[in-house]
Amino acid sequence: MKSLDVDIAVIGAGSAGLGAAIEAKKQGMDVLILERNDELGGITLQCIHNGFGLKIFKEDLTGPEYIQRFIDEAKELKIPYKLDTMVIEITEDKEIYAVNKKEGLLRIKAKAIILSMGCREKTRGAINIPGFRPAGMYTAGQAQRFVNIEGYIPGKTFVILGSGDIGMIMARRLTWLGCEVKAVVEIKSYVSGLIRNQVQCLEDYNIPLILNHTITKIHGKERVEGVTISSVDQNWDRIVDSDQYIECDSILLSVGLVPENELTTKAGAELSNNGGPIVDDNLETIMDGIFACGNVLQVHDLVDNVSEEAKRAGKNAAIYVKERYGKEQIKKDHIKIIPGINVGYVKPDYVNFSNLENLLHFHLRVKEPDRDVIIVIKEVNKIIYQRVRSFVIPSEMIEVRTKFKPEVISPNCRELKIEVLPVSLLEVLDEVG
Amino acid sequence: MDYDVIIIGGGVTGCCIARTLSLYDLKICLLEKEADIASGTTKANSGIIHAGYAADRKYVKRKFCIHGNKLFDLAHKELNFPFKRTGTLVVALEERQIKDLVYKRNYGTEDGVPGLEIIIDKNRIKRMEPQLTDKVIAVLHAPSGGIVSPYELTFALAENAHMNGVEFFREHEVIGINKIVAGFEVETKPKKFTSRIVINAAGLFAAEVSRMAGADTFEIYPRRGEYILFDKGLIHLNKVLFPMPTRLSKGILASPTIHGHVFIGPNADNILDIEDISTTTRGLKEIISGGVMLVPNLPLNAAIRNFAGLRAVSNTMDFIIEATEMVGFVNVAGILSPGLTSTFAIAEEVVRILIEDLGEELKEKEKYNPYRPKPEHLSDFTKMKLNQKIKENQAWGRIICRCETIPEAEIVDSIRRPVGATAIDGVKFRCRAGMGRCQGGFCMPRVMEILSRELNIPYDEVTKRGKGSHYLVNKVLCIELTEDSKESEEVAEK
Ligand SMILES: Cc1cc2nc3c(=O)[nH]c(=O)nc-3n(C[C@H](O)[C@H](O)[C@H](O)COP(=O)(O)OP(=O)(O)OC[C@H]3O[C@@H](n4cnc5c(N)ncnc54)[C@H](O)[C@@H]3O)c2cc1C
Ligand SMILES: Cc1cc2nc3c(=O)[nH]c(=O)nc-3n(C[C@H](O)[C@H](O)[C@H](O)COP(=O)(O)OP(=O)(O)OC[C@H]3O[C@@H](n4cnc5c(N)ncnc54)[C@H](O)[C@@H]3O)c2cc1C
Repeated sequence: MKSLDVDIAVIGAGSAGLGAAIEAKKQGMDVLILERNDELGGITLQCIHNGFGLKIFKEDLTGPEYIQRFIDEAKELKIPYKLDTMVIEITEDKEIYAVNKKEGLLRIKAKAIILSMGCREKTRGAINIPGFRPAGMYTAGQAQRFVNIEGYIPGKTFVILGSGDIGMIMARRLTWLGCEVKAVVEIKSYVSGLIRNQVQCLEDYNIPLILNHTITKIHGKERVEGVTISSVDQNWDRIVDSDQYIECDSILLSVGLVPENELTTKAGAELSNNGGPIVDDNLETIMDGIFACGNVLQVHDLVDNVSEEAKRAGKNAAIYVKERYGKEQIKKDHIKIIPGINVGYVKPDYVNFSNLENLLHFHLRVKEPDRDVIIVIKEVNKIIYQRVRSFVIPSEMIEVRTKFKPEVISPNCRELKIEVLPVSLLEVLDEVG
Repeated sequence: MDYDVIIIGGGVTGCCIARTLSLYDLKICLLEKEADIASGTTKANSGIIHAGYAADRKYVKRKFCIHGNKLFDLAHKELNFPFKRTGTLVVALEERQIKDLVYKRNYGTEDGVPGLEIIIDKNRIKRMEPQLTDKVIAVLHAPSGGIVSPYELTFALAENAHMNGVEFFREHEVIGINKIVAGFEVETKPKKFTSRIVINAAGLFAAEVSRMAGADTFEIYPRRGEYILFDKGLIHLNKVLFPMPTRLSKGILASPTIHGHVFIGPNADNILDIEDISTTTRGLKEIISGGVMLVPNLPLNAAIRNFAGLRAVSNTMDFIIEATEMVGFVNVAGILSPGLTSTFAIAEEVVRILIEDLGEELKEKEKYNPYRPKPEHLSDFTKMKLNQKIKENQAWGRIICRCETIPEAEIVDSIRRPVGATAIDGVKFRCRAGMGRCQGGFCMPRVMEILSRELNIPYDEVTKRGKGSHYLVNKVLCIELTEDSKESEEVAEK
């Protein structure tokens, strides 16, 4: 079996992996990228629409244009990479096993590992849609791949279930190709993707968005022939007599993404309720020297945020190799970050006490949309951070960047809570505090 | 005559009969209407090898089940299909149900079910099955019960039958059967076959096929059972868990699968359409509420698939395995649960009918080979072995399905095997590519490429499961890509 030693191994070469590898290399590390596909770039390669790079490059790029800049930089820096190479196991002592056709099984011993395996789409079973199981049902990303990469159109008339970004983008893409998108059906009372996609992909093309509805039956034995949709009440239960039949030959599912963490759990790292590994503010998992960034950590809506997060992971992994690797690990002095009222999840899950004075990045998503809210961070009932926002929605990730002065946090603080509250509640809380 | 025996139906019943008869000097073929064998009830059921105490003594299916269970050990050695005697538990949640456990144990033991034991020691029960509800009062443990992969069993049977000379014709739906001198002419859509003996193992369509031959003696009604399958790794069950019927639940069980998943189901819904394998909102709710009564910790938000199967229920509610008045036409019908468990016993019974009722003098073949080699799976290899395999054949190093870690070599094997896969579902059921949590989201286009290459058909003619189930309808035609009118100039080829 072929064995290799590296400072940092990066698993997955999407925007996260490339960004992290570039930063680690710049910090003087010996880096190796492992990618299972036959090219670098990850999911952005199939996102041929625009809207990438507005934040980082101040330009409106397509996915492939955006990622090419990172691919070029990685190549300029001569970062070694292996394509068609799938990592099948990471052991607790940071040995990576990967396979490819030419070299067989590889064992890679790394001082630090960066996980950047991306995410996968939820499928029909995950949401239990009743009915037949014919051909003609695709996840939106699968359809995107057929159309944009393979050059095939998977149907003529479509109903899209779920209003995730990929679904809305595919609604527009298929319309351009002369297909008919009969409806985008969403069980919630608001879209689950970005508002900009609702406007630019659905409204601009008069594609009906049917809210508070879901597919209650799939028709067709060999190939999809149609769907029954029904309206639902607040508990998402079907309302009797609200059934409506729509004829179509294809169904696209855009019902959410889940971080891809089989390897992560094998390596001994634990996951939090969003499906991503538990990390501290260095983006380090509970396993020393194993870091995570990009969609494997949390599903991002903007690639620019992925690149930014990746850069931090690359940098922190390099610091780990230089300062902590091979030394006795000191017990970490962690403060736990707890998602409170109307917070679905927050990353990181922990902050190192010693890092409180550095710039911290928190990412969170709300559970429910709301207007005129205040985002607060509290130690017990004392508010130590607050920021007002006029509108929040689960599809738009909220970023909070802040430093804490040592005097605002008590030395024996063990946890901080982050909440998104109606502004009106604020005074009341203040009094309690 | 083209054949000595024609078997209609490529479910577990038909394939097991084919394999069992392939021991003898007979020219045999099997006709299946779908694109693949194991496409009917055999594809979607609980996959449990029942111990045999459950059915009432008045039914022959009880006898077949108890005997069939015992035949699995030898068959497993010969055919190498995934099978495990996990043991099963019938779970009593109320005092008054213990009486019924005692009844099941006593009659079961008398009829030859080995090792039946009632356990009331809660600690012991919980050690056997930590996930079982705390409300348990007693269980009936049947150590001979187990689990099997029903379609992999069927593929193994068909492959071995093929090795021993049985011919398989898929996409050959039988549409007529005519009596001719000393036999039958069996009409299928593509062509006609003649044979001395016809065995009807057409599952849900057995009554229809029997009528074609002029033996209008029974009806088959479909009774649907729905299931939910959960993602791996979130919950583990050691044993198959059966409830006792109560006012609240009709008998939803929870079981491990041979591949490490957990599923719940089935409900029992009498329906009219013999092809309606759709799942329903009501049904899925019913099985969830039943499932959590046994296993409160079910990972309900980690379901990866729901599906339904149809039991072929005859008007006697029992198996109908008999020679008919149309001499040479044998019915093997009404094979509802425990049909899978009984399969080897059913095939033995068919041999008996051929010899005793039809007067066949069956001679054993000289070169019969009962062994079917175990398909090679990456997941069974050690690291060194895998490395060596890739050196021998690079296709072992190209991982296609990432959820289940299935390399190209396994996919190619599932296509090239005897009676191999011809469509996406065939690959999926043979080597598990696309069975995992993403349900083919990533690997389907790659599997389509491999099928297209191996079968030498165009990419867009690859189907999910044969005619009518195409995935792709059009090619994207790129005329020109200019800066400002990127997509608007693309048109769909009509
Ligand atoms: C369809 C779609 C549309 C989007 N649209 C926009 C947009 O308009 N604007 C915007 O700003 N953002 C958009 N995004 C978001 C952004 O592009 C993604 O969030 C980002 O690219 C994710 O990067 P990643 O590196 O985390 O994951 P990925 O790009 O998915 O990369 C993960 C890589 O890891 C590899 N990998 C996984 N497992 C293994 C293994 N075991 N061994 C080896 N390699 C492995 C994979 O092959 C893949 O290449 C979109 C995302 C999607 C999915
Ligand atoms: C919900 C459910 C749960 C079950 N659980 C268990 C269990 O746990 N344990 C157990 O032992 N048993 C169980 N069973 C029973 C078991 O699944 C069946 O007994 C067994 O699969 C029957 O196999 P078969 O070959 O008779 O039928 P099928 O698998 O239906 O095969 C019949 C075949 O005939 C073909 N055919 C039909 N008409 C024609 C035609 N005109 N021409 C050509 N081909 C034709 C069909 O396409 C089909 O492939 C269960 C059944 C159900 C529905």
